[in-house]
Amino acid sequence: MNIPDHLRYTKDHEWIRVEGEFGIVGITDYAQGELGDIVFVELPGKGASFAQGQSFGTIEAVKAVSDMFLPVTGEIVDVNANLGNAPELINKDPYGEGWIVKVKISNAADLGNLFDAAGYASHVGQAH
Amino acid sequence: MLKRTPFYTIHQALGARIVPFAGFEMPVQYTSIIEEHLRVRNAVGVFDVSHMGEFYVDGAGAEAFLQRMTVNDVTKLFNGRVQYSALLYDDGGIVDDLLVYDLGGRYMLVVNASNKDKDFNWLVSHAGYDVEIRDASDDVALLAVQGPKSLATLQKLTTDDIASLNYYHFLRGRVAGAEAIISRTGYTGELGFEIYFDANEGTAAAVWNAVMDAGKEFGIGPAGLGARDTLRLEMGYCLYGNDIDQTTHPLEAGLGWITKLNKGDFTGREALLKAHNQGLSRAMIGFVVDDPDHGSKAFPRHGYDLLSAGTPREKIGHITSGTFSPLLQRGIGMGYVSSKYAEPGTEIAASIRGIPVRARVVKFPFVNR
Repeated sequence: MNIPDHLRYTKDHEWIRVEGEFGIVGITDYAQGELGDIVFVELPGKGASFAQGQSFGTIEAVKAVSDMFLPVTGEIVDVNANLGNAPELINKDPYGEGWIVKVKISNAADLGNLFDAAGYASHVGQAH
Repeated sequence: MLKRTPFYTIHQALGARIVPFAGFEMPVQYTSIIEEHLRVRNAVGVFDVSHMGEFYVDGAGAEAFLQRMTVNDVTKLFNGRVQYSALLYDDGGIVDDLLVYDLGGRYMLVVNASNKDKDFNWLVSHAGYDVEIRDASDDVALLAVQGPKSLATLQKLTTDDIASLNYYHFLRGRVAGAEAIISRTGYTGELGFEIYFDANEGTAAAVWNAVMDAGKEFGIGPAGLGARDTLRLEMGYCLYGNDIDQTTHPLEAGLGWITKLNKGDFTGREALLKAHNQGLSRAMIGFVVDDPDHGSKAFPRHGYDLLSAGTPREKIGHITSGTFSPLLQRGIGMGYVSSKYAEPGTEIAASIRGIPVRARVVKFPFVNR
């Protein structure tokens, strides 16, 4: 299982890659594997704001549906429009082309509440 | 302690996602549920379903016993014939659904893995001195080879005349050298066979590898429990624990066709006659999501409510199984509704995470095979 070192992680299996005052958010390789084939992603509108840990959308897989939770408080400034026609990008490339939203981080201190790669690996019961 | 089937190391080597299911470590998917689903619909796929339970029922009283314990008419069986049936409680609730194989004077019952011990105890507690029941589940490996190319695949591995086997018939022969019961049955709606043979790892690996080699030219591959579920759902086949259980009876579950109320007495019959005479208050339906606003992004799931189409919307029932249909590319589901909403064509709604999504009652199966 792939758990890149340069990302921060939530206990609910989202990742965030910090780029200045922005963060790119997706779900982890572990999460996409557990969900199986993803057939629809419900994305928030640009401009919507969410608190850390709040649900910002849902993922429908063949087997089950699950909520996605924002790793940090912030405003959605971009969404991955490619997921509309190709939700399977999340299965194929969860840390790359399968990114989900870009968020403007309100409070950088939120990042302190997140797992680093080693912490996340132990959270999902994997040796890192 | 979870059990493993004799194919476990093969699943592991293939990189299957393995989950606990009915006390076993079972493969839920190898690469992708959709891919495995479509492979079975278009070519041929192989399922390890060795977790299923097998009982042998012997003795002078075996036929009369099964006639009393199951809903279908066991006297219609003959050596080589299989029957889909169910065990009921006295109140008509379903103990389990099962297959009954007539082996000529003795019978093999194939039951759901999750119900195996419950079924065994239920049967034994009702058996007289002239009936002997043996749980052979640990001794039996079971592979389901399913799909339009299943016959062409298996024909390379046997000299037995499996091409002449009709649906729900079986023969005893050999597959890849292994003694086997070859049965024209399955849970997918496709042309397919279920092969029962000795549960040792060597035989299991030999049969698995031979089947995979024989099917290579057709694009054969393994299929997991995930695809097994989406395939059975597209056919509207009931799954015990989802669509049927001890609180549902076979008439409302759409299993009237296997329930032979006129065959004579059987456990649960009186309760069913009463329900039948009173008129069924609810019925199992199939429905397809048909909503221009939400149709491609909201899929029905087990436990969600079913609602009436008009306003005010009222709750008319609940969903027992639901999924994204890989073939129809939309949400499909099964569930119970008040009988007046059960007519095919009826407009209803599924409450999907609080949103009423329009749906339409349809006849089973969802896909024509």
